Amino acid sequence: MKSISDLLGSHAFFEGLAPDAIDLISGCGQNVHFEPDASIISENDPADVFYVLRTGRAAIEIATPRQGQLTIETVGPGEVLGVSWLLPPYRWTFDVRAVEPTSAIALDAACLRGKCDDDPAFGYEMYKRFAGLVRDRLQATRLQLVDLYGNDAS
Amino acid sequence: MRPEATLAPAPGPMTPRPYRVVSRRDDLIDTVTLELAPVGDACPAPMAGQFNMLWAFGVGEAPISVAGFDDGVLIHTIRRVGAVTAALCASVDGDQIGLRGPFGTGWDLPRATGGDVLVVAGGLGLAPVRPIITDLLANRADFGRAVLLVGARTPDALLYRDELEGWRGRLDLDVEVTVDAASPAWRGDVGVVTRLIERAPVDPANTTAFVCGPEVMMRFAAQAVLDRGVPATHVVLSLERNMHCAIGHCGHCQLGPMFVCKDGPVVGWTDVEALLRIRER
Repeated sequence: MKSISDLLGSHAFFEGLAPDAIDLISGCGQNVHFEPDASIISENDPADVFYVLRTGRAAIEIATPRQGQLTIETVGPGEVLGVSWLLPPYRWTFDVRAVEPTSAIALDAACLRGKCDDDPAFGYEMYKRFAGLVRDRLQATRLQLVDLYGNDAS
Repeated sequence: MRPEATLAPAPGPMTPRPYRVVSRRDDLIDTVTLELAPVGDACPAPMAGQFNMLWAFGVGEAPISVAGFDDGVLIHTIRRVGAVTAALCASVDGDQIGLRGPFGTGWDLPRATGGDVLVVAGGLGLAPVRPIITDLLANRADFGRAVLLVGARTPDALLYRDELEGWRGRLDLDVEVTVDAASPAWRGDVGVVTRLIERAPVDPANTTAFVCGPEVMMRFAAQAVLDRGVPATHVVLSLERNMHCAIGHCGHCQLGPMFVCKDGPVVGWTDVEALLRIRER
């Protein structure tokens, strides 16, 4: 059975990270599993963990007054779920639900924030990676707003 | 003494030939697929990626991509966006329409022989790339990995759902579908199609990418394909312009120095990248 360090070391999000940094992160992690339709994150709950997805797929949802739950994005293996743990007030801004049987590594946010504070070089590396994640999600959201597929004839 | 004429002159490229609707299927709320058989002489067989001009008698004509060609029967998928396409979409079995073509350049799938094939379709862009998939599956051994990525606004806007399900069930074709937004009943991916490109299981250096959809989607999709490491010379897309004469005379479809109707619609990314980055005013 692979250790959390092995699993994180082979995950796309942590590609290129030094082994000692992987070990540092691993100390804050534990394996978790969610069955289909299980709630992973609830809006406004404390953002005290974030998830590194290994298998399966999770839907990021928002509750709307007229349309009910609306899925705005899905994430899968090789991706990371959650950025609200990075900045105060450390609260989730969306719901997340497992679409398929989903395995992940849950990383304790307070533990990791402490390690980032203690080792600024490590913290900077982590924040760069999450900044890239936020940039990619922002770009994807912009494209969704554009309505890429609208008004095309054949 | 003049010899007696025994044959009517062949119709020119501006003369439509009569075709009969032999099958009609409602794909989406505003989109219909027609199967058309020639009433008399048929137009030449089209290449995948070419288009025909379809004439609704008494209304006008519109350029429509070839979505399939099987045993002399042409398949066209049409979205109702104006008077002509509305009339075409209202056709029923037995109705006659005029057709001239085929026109323009084709996808040239054989250029990908021996390598991986990545097809990216957005919205109704799935119709023009459908012949790539059918040709590829008919000659599957000629290619490496084959991946079809499809994006649509919502699950209700997905074209060819039954056919997509069939393709997804195959072991020799990877099919990924994503929509921009969905209810929890949708079990597939949600997000823009460019995100599927990031994880498409192909060897980028040995991949040919065929991209089709609205221009803004193709611009971002082509960039995502390039970011994956696919050579720019291996990225091909199909442009959409207001083709009118279809033979490069009228200039309606002019894009920079090219007439999309005859120099396109299928073009290489390197030929049009600069033109697609010009902002319209």
